[in-house]
Amino acid sequence: MELIDQHTKKIMEGCKRRAYDAGLRFQDETLEYIVTNRDMIELSPKVMIPTLYDYWVHDVEVLKEKGRYELYPGNPYETVINTRPAISFYNDNNPDWMNVMIFYHVLAHIDFFQNNAYFRSTWDYDFTGVALSDKRTIARLRSEKGRWLDYVIEFTRGIDNLVGYHRSLSDVLRPVPGTSKRMDYYFDIFLQKEKKVRINEYVQEIERYNQYIETYGEFGEESFFSEIKNRYPEFETMFEKQSEKKAVQITDLIEFLLDRSEFLKKEENIWMRSVIGIVRKTSLFFQPQIRTKIINEGWASYWHDTLFLMDDRIQGHEVDYARVNAHVTSIPRVGLNPYALGMRLFQHLEETADKGKISYEFERIKNVDERKKFDKHTGKGKEFIFRVRENLSDFMFINTFIDQDFIDKHRLFVAGKRLNQSRMVWEYYVKSRKAEDYKAMVLDSMYHPPYIEVNEEKTNRDTLYLVHRFENKPLVSDYIANTMLGIEYLWDGEVKLETHEVASIRKHETEDSSGMLIEEAAPEVFWEKVLYTMKNRRLSKRKL
Amino acid sequence: MNPKDSDIYRRLADRGLTPEQEQRLLSEIESGGRHGLPVKNSREPEYPNDIYAFNDPGLLQDFAIPPESNYALCLKSLDELLERDKLREKDGFPRKIRVGRLIKPGKGDQSKVVVVPTTVEEKFIHDRVKAPDEEEGLGGSGEGEEGEVIGEQPVREADGSGAGPGQGESGPHEMESSAYDLGKLLTEKFELPNLKDKGKKRSLTRYTYDMTDRNRGFGQILDKKATLKKIVETNIHLGNLPDVSDIDPGRFLIAPRDKVYRVLSREKDYESQAIVFFLRDYSGSMSGNPTQLVVSQHVMIYSWLLFQYEKQVESRFILHDTEAKEVPDFYTYYNSRVAGGTRVASAFRLVNEIVEAESLVKDYNIYVFHGTDGDDWDTDGKQTIPEIKQMLTYVNRLGVTIAEHGVGPLNRTEVERYLKASGLLEEKEDIIRLDAMPSDSDETRVIEGIKKLISMEKVSRLSEEF
Repeated sequence: MELIDQHTKKIMEGCKRRAYDAGLRFQDETLEYIVTNRDMIELSPKVMIPTLYDYWVHDVEVLKEKGRYELYPGNPYETVINTRPAISFYNDNNPDWMNVMIFYHVLAHIDFFQNNAYFRSTWDYDFTGVALSDKRTIARLRSEKGRWLDYVIEFTRGIDNLVGYHRSLSDVLRPVPGTSKRMDYYFDIFLQKEKKVRINEYVQEIERYNQYIETYGEFGEESFFSEIKNRYPEFETMFEKQSEKKAVQITDLIEFLLDRSEFLKKEENIWMRSVIGIVRKTSLFFQPQIRTKIINEGWASYWHDTLFLMDDRIQGHEVDYARVNAHVTSIPRVGLNPYALGMRLFQHLEETADKGKISYEFERIKNVDERKKFDKHTGKGKEFIFRVRENLSDFMFINTFIDQDFIDKHRLFVAGKRLNQSRMVWEYYVKSRKAEDYKAMVLDSMYHPPYIEVNEEKTNRDTLYLVHRFENKPLVSDYIANTMLGIEYLWDGEVKLETHEVASIRKHETEDSSGMLIEEAAPEVFWEKVLYTMKNRRLSKRKL
Repeated sequence: MNPKDSDIYRRLADRGLTPEQEQRLLSEIESGGRHGLPVKNSREPEYPNDIYAFNDPGLLQDFAIPPESNYALCLKSLDELLERDKLREKDGFPRKIRVGRLIKPGKGDQSKVVVVPTTVEEKFIHDRVKAPDEEEGLGGSGEGEEGEVIGEQPVREADGSGAGPGQGESGPHEMESSAYDLGKLLTEKFELPNLKDKGKKRSLTRYTYDMTDRNRGFGQILDKKATLKKIVETNIHLGNLPDVSDIDPGRFLIAPRDKVYRVLSREKDYESQAIVFFLRDYSGSMSGNPTQLVVSQHVMIYSWLLFQYEKQVESRFILHDTEAKEVPDFYTYYNSRVAGGTRVASAFRLVNEIVEAESLVKDYNIYVFHGTDGDDWDTDGKQTIPEIKQMLTYVNRLGVTIAEHGVGPLNRTEVERYLKASGLLEEKEDIIRLDAMPSDSDETRVIEGIKKLISMEKVSRLSEEF
């Protein structure tokens, strides 16, 4: 790996200036490296982070059975990584014009990393630096503990997709200046959980609080609570007790194990805690990236297209660019390309916001003709998409903005694939052109780890009781045994998992005259609740 | 319907068949398949619906992601990995490394196989619920009314071709290895037994003495041509050869070191040690999994023998439905499509004929491995058993693999039944072995099957292990 030459760096700096003028915001320092295919072999298993800790699974081809891999996407490989400064990787023989295009793409990614709220917790440090120190810690421990260290990594990685990313995010994304903790406690917990007041009383209480603020200004809160002290003398002590308890907030299974596993508290196992912490931290770092694939790639594609077309350096390479850009951002006849979808959605949003269509006024119009003609010339399109890139993730981006207008404009549809038994071919057909169906299809293809939490009531010193929240999806059953084996090792006791499995599927079909199966309705799935128990490294299952 | 098949069928029917047998026979006859190599359809549509399969390095810069691993690069770690994997068992955790997705036989080059050490990182992840013949929705764009069919793709698996391991999906992720290395791997890491009688029966090598080695300065016979070359070379270096078009040999300076002699030396002359016959049922019922299993196993056995005999192994490939034929290379053996009925006897008969005609017994250790799904129109083995008996007079090992179809209880296939009934399995257990596994077995089971087929230990002792 070596840095790009001065000539190419100059091109990059030119791109930065133009991107900055267009409104993108990013740290000015960046590092660009030339990588060979051999470098890529070493980098790609480490998600392009050169300093990530070593682990033997990285040396093996991880089995990616087709289909199953779709359920279990790895972290995206990127040309640019979210570090300080941002580091990006280039092929040795890219022509200059192509580098211009890629640089714009990369700069838009950097802008996204550094402005999108989902990346908030990665803003304050350089991950490569942290990773390097973690890598050294792990290397040192490996020389002492040998393969047992790798077991700890393995077992922690087994549950590292359950990290409490959103919960940890909610801590850093508190609006500042927020409401005081005392007030949060009073309204969120004290009134609702302790006093269990009725709704109208609750609303009255809010009303009263607002009056205090109005009357006494900045002393409003103080006077409000001095009155509360009279009404509920126990409030202050309860609040203090609560804030002590809240100091350690457990957000996920890994943290729970760190906090409660007696095994991990033993003197001889203390070293495991830092390994577990490293795996968790690494997983948390990658969480925002995998949840912003469509919006991030869409944003980058939108900008490389916009900026490169305005750039004089495109001259003479218009056709080359058209070819490459079509390869990257054309919507496939069948298939789902995040670059294409994201870019078009941004373009669509810019256009609709420019016309003022993202408004209640427009929503109220039912007349198709009027909807078409509607144009307020607000010129707020750019501003709007910048707000989108700041605040949304893939789920919200797709769920909020895919509408029938967008589907119709790009003639999108949900394609179905079915077996034609008489001709022994898979048939692809247009299944639906409804926005709702398309949206559901895209949402369904997105990363969505199961939500599994500890049931503290049923957990005691010996037994760890996990509950998988039912979302009409079973767990991949082949993986349950080894995952639970790992948890059992870290917990050093029996582990139970409550989940749902498919009992049976009933299809509603009839055959038509040509022998083709016609589906009358979606197949009906019958579920049963089951309890897995892992004890002494043996797995058993029973129905609940 | 193939007239030959139906002819045999009629004769069998005259002798009386149970309804199930009849049904099975008919389904094979009417499967409508056809032998031959599959035609690679390059225009086959690819429809990825996985948004995470797209990435910048691959899409913008043509990096191969994941990059093509280099075999030599990975092998070093492979040994360590497998060593570690063995330790896992000792520590009380299940093994994690699988050697999978083997075989990518290229035409002509028989010994190319692909070793992919694979593993899974198990986690709690969501599975999809879907009906088997309808896949979930995909994205799409362009023309077309709702309900309109916009494209189709042949169901390749259905005709049993191309569904083999090594096809498709994993593509460039694999690392290639020679079969010899795989044999080494299997022997050392998966504890396949070494051949105990290795080299005992016939000398592995013999020596011949020949004037082949060259020596400068002194020796037995002067190699004039080589010497002259050396002299010219020396003189060019000395600048003693000013004009190439006018050479006067009389002016050459000759150094003692320029004289090249031949000396007598001992040469190893390898003798081909083993010949292995691979027999595969390619009848209609073998479609899909059974074929894959059988072929994977045969590649591994071939590799193991290659290692055991220091590469001195010849292989012959035979396919059969109701009739047997020999095919020239592994590629054809592996890729041939299935069709037709089943008569196991035909394959064994062909081997017997070949061995007889080429008098192979004299010079070779002979191994025969047969893979089938266990169906045989010759339901009680009246024709097969005599052929097998004849074969047992000369082979070192006859291994029969049965990849059983999911239906019905295990151990109920015809081949298995008549082999057991014949008593050969006990009587000649040092020569003939049988392994029956369900057709959805994984690599681990396949490797265990090999142990069973090639092991020198008594079956009774083995059965405790499995």
